[in-house]
Amino acid sequence: MKRAFPILGVLTAILLSYALYEALIGAPTEQTMGDVQRIFYYHVPSAWTAFILFFINFIASIQYLVRSNPQTDRFASYAAVIVGLVLFVVPFFVTLPEGMRPSSVATTGVLITGLYFLIRRLFSHPDTDVLAITSAEVGVVFSLVNLVTGPIWARPVWGIWWTWDWRLTSTLVMWLIYVSYLMLRRFSSSGETPLLAAALAVLGALCVPFVYFSIWFFRTQHPQPVMGGGGSIDPRMWHALLINWLAFSCFAFLVCWSRYRLERLQRDVDEAHAMESLSDPRESVR
Amino acid sequence: MTPPAGITRVTLLKDLRLEWRSKDAINSMLFFSLLVVVVFSFSFDPSAEESRQIAGGLIWVAFLFAAVVALNQTWAREIRNQVLDAYRISPAPANSLFMAKTLGNFIFVTVLEALMTPLFIAFYRLRALGPVWQLLLVAVLGTWALVVNGTFFAAMSLRTRSREIMLPLLLFPISIPAILAMVQATTAILNGEGARFWIVLLATYDLVFTTVCLLLFETVLNAE
Repeated sequence: MKRAFPILGVLTAILLSYALYEALIGAPTEQTMGDVQRIFYYHVPSAWTAFILFFINFIASIQYLVRSNPQTDRFASYAAVIVGLVLFVVPFFVTLPEGMRPSSVATTGVLITGLYFLIRRLFSHPDTDVLAITSAEVGVVFSLVNLVTGPIWARPVWGIWWTWDWRLTSTLVMWLIYVSYLMLRRFSSSGETPLLAAALAVLGALCVPFVYFSIWFFRTQHPQPVMGGGGSIDPRMWHALLINWLAFSCFAFLVCWSRYRLERLQRDVDEAHAMESLSDPRESVR
Repeated sequence: MTPPAGITRVTLLKDLRLEWRSKDAINSMLFFSLLVVVVFSFSFDPSAEESRQIAGGLIWVAFLFAAVVALNQTWAREIRNQVLDAYRISPAPANSLFMAKTLGNFIFVTVLEALMTPLFIAFYRLRALGPVWQLLLVAVLGTWALVVNGTFFAAMSLRTRSREIMLPLLLFPISIPAILAMVQATTAILNGEGARFWIVLLATYDLVFTTVCLLLFETVLNAE
């Protein structure tokens, strides 16, 4: 396991270099915006990566809350299966909002359930909390990259740093929710911080759909500048986008793995200190 | 064994009685609300026509600040006298305590709003073009949204280092959809436009978050 990290590191470095090449040179130049448009290859994958990480945080927090009790654990497992089934079956029978394909919704359902049980298998109950804080921290960083590259792109193209269109506003609010999660983690002096943080993460994650939906309605009522999205994309650009997303995901995985190991080590050290001070009171002052 | 609703009622009456006898929180809250309204009047001084456009936002921001100050002292009395420990040991369900606290805060904040609203109407020369009963509905739903999340996060912030600042840090981001809905609904009703979408969104938000807070409160109460 220890050897895998440097190997993955090298592979990720190669992938990132290739992705950089694709983004800056390989992909065709956009007609209207010119080379500035290439920020798109960092702006969008960082958003997708942040979403996945926040979703992992949601699942890890739920598992931390439910797995202490076998009844709630079973209930949550059934719920995960039912959610996956519903997302798999329902899109083929109802009309979806425009832009959503039934096959993508169905795949998302399968992935959600798969991810739930994968995390359940790979992480023991205390480790789900470590996973939660790791994914939240790295997710906040990627979301920040998304929020900063957006204005950098918007300024030369549209002449404004920021606008309160629905996508930017919703992403900002989601970022704020997870920063508040990290604040609770940092400032809480309770012995049961993981439980409190998990409860907050569940509330925050449930809030995200409300955020997106309410701000979408708010902003589609009035004409707004169109920021990205819509229209078809050149296949070479799509290729560059996907390569960058893959590279970002691998990089995020490496960073999460480092952070996870760091957090585990920190907790082991704290536990060892506590055990030592319990067994020998004279040595408790360090 | 007393039914949970009975425990809620008893706890709520206890809180109200304590507040009525001491009146320390309500006095400071009243004065704070008046100050907020006056300061806003100096900051935003529009004519009657413009005021209808921004009044919704102003009123709710003022209510939000008043609610946060009220919520911060929600659990203070309980910690001082170790009531929380006694409650944890007792067989009473944690949800009853949560409902009692939330209802008490709701009554408290509603009283504040009832006192601040005439001041706003007077200072901003407001007149609703839409139905007033809808404004009352938005007030009830909006206040409940703030109070249910606020009580929950106040309990969560009990053992944090900067307790008073922690509550707004946790409450504001998660309340943003509700605040957006409250402000848009109020503005729409004041201007005689339709607010049905926002009212339905607010009601859904209240339902979802009340349920989740009730489910999770026992965990939060017992986390020590």
